[in-house]
Amino acid sequence: MRDYEKYIRYRTFPTPWCPGCGDGVILKSIAMAFAELKLDPDDIIVIAGIGCSGRMPTYFNTNTLHTTHGRALTFATGIKLAKPEKLVVVVSGDGDATAIGGNHLIHAARRNIGIKMILINNGIYGMTGGQVSPLTPPKFFTETTPYGNIEPHFRIRMLLSAAEASFVARETVNRLAQLKQVIKKSFLHKGFSVVEVMSNCHVNLGRRNKMKSPLVMTEYIKDITMSMADFEKLSPEEQESKYPLGIFVENSQRAEYTDLYYKQIVPAAQQAAAKVEK
Amino acid sequence: MSQRKVLQGNIIIAKAALAAGCDFFAGYPITPSSEIAQYMSKEMPKMERAFIQMEDEIASLGACIGASLAGKKALTATSGPGFSLMQEHLGMAVMAEVPLVIVNVMRGGPSTGMPTKPSQADMMQARWGTHGDHPIIAVYPAFSDEIFSETVRAFNLSEKYWNPVIILLDEVLAKAHMDVEIPEPGSYEVYWEKTHEISDLNIYDRNIGENPPRIDFFHSYPIHIDSLEHDAHGWPSFDAKTVDKMQRLRMEKIFYNLEDIIKYKEYFLDDAEVLVFSFGISARAALAAVKMAREQGIKAGLFQALTVWPFPRAALQERFKKTKKVLTVELNMGQMKYEIERIAPPDVKKQTLLRANGLPFSPGEVLETIKEFVK
Repeated sequence: MRDYEKYIRYRTFPTPWCPGCGDGVILKSIAMAFAELKLDPDDIIVIAGIGCSGRMPTYFNTNTLHTTHGRALTFATGIKLAKPEKLVVVVSGDGDATAIGGNHLIHAARRNIGIKMILINNGIYGMTGGQVSPLTPPKFFTETTPYGNIEPHFRIRMLLSAAEASFVARETVNRLAQLKQVIKKSFLHKGFSVVEVMSNCHVNLGRRNKMKSPLVMTEYIKDITMSMADFEKLSPEEQESKYPLGIFVENSQRAEYTDLYYKQIVPAAQQAAAKVEK
Repeated sequence: MSQRKVLQGNIIIAKAALAAGCDFFAGYPITPSSEIAQYMSKEMPKMERAFIQMEDEIASLGACIGASLAGKKALTATSGPGFSLMQEHLGMAVMAEVPLVIVNVMRGGPSTGMPTKPSQADMMQARWGTHGDHPIIAVYPAFSDEIFSETVRAFNLSEKYWNPVIILLDEVLAKAHMDVEIPEPGSYEVYWEKTHEISDLNIYDRNIGENPPRIDFFHSYPIHIDSLEHDAHGWPSFDAKTVDKMQRLRMEKIFYNLEDIIKYKEYFLDDAEVLVFSFGISARAALAAVKMAREQGIKAGLFQALTVWPFPRAALQERFKKTKKVLTVELNMGQMKYEIERIAPPDVKKQTLLRANGLPFSPGEVLETIKEFVK
């Protein structure tokens, strides 16, 4: 048994994911990050909302919670505030996190509560059969944009920076080692963190856009992603359809929410109460 | 020693919740319930208990479910529009069998309606608001001492039966300042079953009718909890036999324990010719009216439901053996009257006093209706 397998709940296999899906790589990289940090499985909770990503917690041999569409962060907030010493991980898809859960996403970032979010960006609603999401690139064909997508997509990096996020990174399923490394880094970060993972849904996005095999689609991801240094060399027009990789924001100066609550608010309230008693 | 105080209804709820051991509150501001959150934000940090104001009511109840599963006694408070938003997570709490308490201070509806006016128009929403078949417990106090005792009881019931419990209140009771006896700690029951040792994933494994034990995360054995229909291990399962058992486990933990859950008060009913059925603010007018009727020689009595869901069917049916007239008084266009119609035998004459214009009933109005009814 390899050391990360202790964090995998094999008895719940097989997973519901299509052959070649990037979710398996992400599952493994998260488990590897747990293993490298030598965490007790009972000190971890993995939470997810709805969609293909929503099913991921079931396969971790940690505490796991499958919740409602877009709301995983709200449950995570309650758990983190109740048990600040635990590692609280949220796995979410692009539709889950940025459409129905968009409000919770920006507020978790603003609050800087120590939740570790893995945002799987495959640019589509996979579980429901391939409808357009807020991260589907323009002009793409989906089940609900049969004539092409006319909406621009969110840029997570900029959206979260504007929401005061203290850790924002992007990786791809093509690069397991780097992905594991950045996830591990995010776990060690004190405040709220988001690791966006570019993933392939060749079945529900690729198939309708001339990329029906996982290999073609991961090649496509390779083509559109690059280092920040390379990205900055591009013209603004060229940047439109490309995605830089790496850690974009890492601010360890900002205080974490539960730290502020228990180390600042609680003593302040207790002092105020003591004054009244005198 | 118990203390006599003049307090707002909302504050009585907040104090009672803290007395019942509530150590987590998540909420979102909404009239006329905001005082509960305000009081909690001030008092909870003093006791090292957690308070957070969330981005909306969906998030508030989500946070409460998370905290409850992490071992806390969680409370949220809201009013109609917020209660509508909470229906999604109310279902999640029922499905995953999570103990928590939700206060819904009823104001004029539908939609934004009349934020500063009372109603009793969320009675059916409290029962059937979330989708799917589900058990629910809802209590509705009317008098100041009951606001305290029913709040404590709501926490106890939620912990005992591993189900969300709704405390209904109306704008009048929430905002009015009233004389109240705050009992001495230790003089009332506070139910708290510690999380049992978990050694396997079969957390939902029990016989139908058996009370579930409290199960939390972080108790030495990692567990899985799901909003999907699940088997005894918490795994997603759509197997017809398994689902049938899980549905019955959830429903029947309530229906096997009606005697423990259902509470009501009866006034002057033994020889009553007319039974007035009411609850909350309307029950206060009804009680005054019944007393006035008695002074005028009219044999009227009051059945005040404290537990509104599950409906106190058996106790009412017992009364309908002798009392053949029932008057339902409620601040809505007719909701609980359907429950009365459903359970009262055909030989019982049914009358209603209904209104949803933001004005609570006066005792005189109820008295007039009683007089008209007994003619």
